[in-house]
Amino acid sequence: MIPELIAAFLKIALVLGVISLVVAYLTYLERKIIGHIQMRMGPMRVGWHGLLQPIADGLKLFLKEDIIPAKADKIVFVIAPIMVLVPAFVVYSVLPFDKNFYITRVNVGLFLVLAVSSLGVFGIVMAGWASNSKYSLLGAFRSAAQMLSYEIFLGFSLVGPIMLAGSLDFQNIVEAQADVWFVFYQPVAFIVFFIAALAETNRIPFDLPEAETELVAGFHTEYSGMKFAFFFLAEYASIMAISTVGISVFFGGWGGIDAIPLPGIVWYLLKMAVLIFVFIWIRATLPRYRYDQLMRVGWKFMFPLAILNIFVTGLLKLLFI
Amino acid sequence: MVGGVESSSRIERITTVPGTEELIVNMGPQHPSTHGVLRVILKLEGETVKDVDCDIGYLHRGTEKIGENITYTMFIPYTDRLDYIAAPSSNLAWVQAVESFFDWEIPDRALFLRTIVGELSRIASHLLWLATHALDIGAMTVFLWCFREREMVLDLFEMAFGARLTVNAFRLGGLHQDVPPEFLVEARKFINLFPSRVDDYETLLTENRIWLQRTRGVGVISAEDALDYGMTGPILRASGVKWDLRRAKPYAAYPYVDFTIPVGENGDVYDRYLVRLVEMRQSAHIIDQCLDMLPGGPVSCKTPRTIKPPAGEIYHSIENPKGEFGFYIVSDGSETPYRVKIRPPSFINLAGLKKMCVGEFLADVVAIIGSIDIVLGECDR
Amino acid sequence: MELPFFYLFSTGIIVASILMVTRANVIHAALLLVLTFFLLSGVYVLAGAEFLAVVQILLYAGGIMVLYLFSIMLMNVDVSVRLRQYHRQTFFVVIIAVALAVEVWLVLARGEAYPDYKGFAWFVGATPGNVEALGSVLYTKYLFPFEVASILLLAAMIGAIVLAKRTIDR
Repeated sequence: MIPELIAAFLKIALVLGVISLVVAYLTYLERKIIGHIQMRMGPMRVGWHGLLQPIADGLKLFLKEDIIPAKADKIVFVIAPIMVLVPAFVVYSVLPFDKNFYITRVNVGLFLVLAVSSLGVFGIVMAGWASNSKYSLLGAFRSAAQMLSYEIFLGFSLVGPIMLAGSLDFQNIVEAQADVWFVFYQPVAFIVFFIAALAETNRIPFDLPEAETELVAGFHTEYSGMKFAFFFLAEYASIMAISTVGISVFFGGWGGIDAIPLPGIVWYLLKMAVLIFVFIWIRATLPRYRYDQLMRVGWKFMFPLAILNIFVTGLLKLLFI
Repeated sequence: MVGGVESSSRIERITTVPGTEELIVNMGPQHPSTHGVLRVILKLEGETVKDVDCDIGYLHRGTEKIGENITYTMFIPYTDRLDYIAAPSSNLAWVQAVESFFDWEIPDRALFLRTIVGELSRIASHLLWLATHALDIGAMTVFLWCFREREMVLDLFEMAFGARLTVNAFRLGGLHQDVPPEFLVEARKFINLFPSRVDDYETLLTENRIWLQRTRGVGVISAEDALDYGMTGPILRASGVKWDLRRAKPYAAYPYVDFTIPVGENGDVYDRYLVRLVEMRQSAHIIDQCLDMLPGGPVSCKTPRTIKPPAGEIYHSIENPKGEFGFYIVSDGSETPYRVKIRPPSFINLAGLKKMCVGEFLADVVAIIGSIDIVLGECDR
Repeated sequence: MELPFFYLFSTGIIVASILMVTRANVIHAALLLVLTFFLLSGVYVLAGAEFLAVVQILLYAGGIMVLYLFSIMLMNVDVSVRLRQYHRQTFFVVIIAVALAVEVWLVLARGEAYPDYKGFAWFVGATPGNVEALGSVLYTKYLFPFEVASILLLAAMIGAIVLAKRTIDR
């Protein structure tokens, strides 16, 4: 009993620590990759080739003055970034990194990930509320509406592979892909999943709610210092979490090619690296959608596609498997 | 990083009819997307723009009044600061305007060099326009790629004139001095390299579905409306009117070179984008021909020590990258002009902003302002 | 092991609910309701209904409460913040509360007489996970109520869209 608890706490500490560090360095990686795509170098000064940049940024944000607007609701103002960050990290409790390396195994693992990540919307709405300006509140609502809509598509796109695997448990899903990865059986579902993942994490081409700061106050205008950092940490943490979900459901998780013997976690990290690179690549390349176009793409294109995928998968499973 | 800049938006709520709400949103004057110190006051109903009002004058420096107190030659550096993105073009307009008071023989080499530098400034201006326009719509990479090419053009200017941006390029009667031979070599290298770079930009944007959705059918202005407002330049050509001063009233070496004038169909933001891209390619073609045809000889004709145009008035304009850029000079026979009036293309094109924006979404206003390509230096003078 | 967690969750639920109905600030009350739902899903997990727990978070906390918050925020804030939360019907409230408390005690007292009662839809045979059990019953024995519920939801959705659209096309 007690040793299990201690082991669990140790695992949690390890995963939290590693994820925080990786998330911080993900910002560095993004700046470097986008820089090279744009014919420039990215951070170069702080440390060798800018490797200490995230630490410098973190220190700077940590030491900044903590400003709370006078008319804002203090409790809500402070809770909002926490409500965005905590779900992004809680998700990691059920994610598998290797066959036996996970914090906990729940038989509704995939579903739990979807549920907990939907709580992140609260933080955004609260942040918009706390800035005490009706227009930035509306901006926060639009971001929340975008996230809620694309959560639905995310969920629907995952139903196809769940039907093939027959379980919501991550370990079972990964083991069901021992022969062929689900991305080959469910390409349409993967496309819908990937686009929904871009929208869920507010990445280009779906980052108009964030870029609204160009025109009207976005939902995180009034935040400075560490609270501001929380919003972006949460974004990168959820990028990694959704990538892990995508890898586990579509690309075989920690499974690899038998010809090349590598530990499972190495395979997982390789796939993760590729997927995150694609996220960053898309950010450097594409312009951004206007809000109504964003919603139209979702509801008129991706939603029917996801439903069609479920229907066809079910039909094929009934007839052949 | 992207989107992290704070905006200075001030919102007042005005309730007009019970049930409807009109929001007044203030964009600028410090704003990443208004390309200078422009303040735009938007009246919105929901997401749709109902009224647009521009508040300009933040960059007014009294250039026209200054012109009345200094000599014609001393005014040339002031013209740099008008359209600072394409400074040689502004220089050219002034220099040619004053020269039209006299009938000096400007040597051919000067004419061709003026054309080359003018077209280089057109390329530089359009590159900056594309960079900022794409950045406003979200394509960050195009911004940096365009600036890479613009650096090459600015290096050429520095080689020839000693300055990158405010070049003070021409003099009354020709150029101050001949360009160094490296200039011609580097210019040739740039021209050979440039079309493939424009292909790169097109690969990212022209067929891109998101770009098309953001720019097609947005900010439409018809040919009649454009002519009514007095618009000139790429906006007019994108609306379907084939009017280019380089063909209609040729100056410098334009009678000797061969180029096409791009004309659009719909007059939307996408057409203006296409028109300017083609103009960039055509500029490269013009420079190519000029470099081939460049004659030797002096670069300046003999001009009197003090420039005293005969009393009278004259209006002379050229095809600036942004439109028709003209000077109306009234001379009273003395060394300093009696009155200098500048015809700024940005100011006149901006007048059509309301027509283009009313009925569009808020997010499109940024794209439309970008597509007009304004420079506050010449708008406010 | 389950007992301390159960006490933790239930104390949290009671405290959060009492706080919720006594807050003057409506937003705080809504956030406390979210907390209540979250702790309730913890109780569901302890009862062995993990699917229901996750659905509780996904739908109630993550969906319905967000929409509650939207509508609260879009109302005029000043008025709602200063609304008094106590009405003048305290007398009737006490009577109804006492009646409810008596009913709950009766139900609990009767439960002691049926210690082996397992409910209607217990899966006979090997005990699978909650998801499989729910799925196998929901789509076979309770298919009709399921379809009726989804049609009701569809009607509600269409009604909401029509109502919202009407205010725009004035």
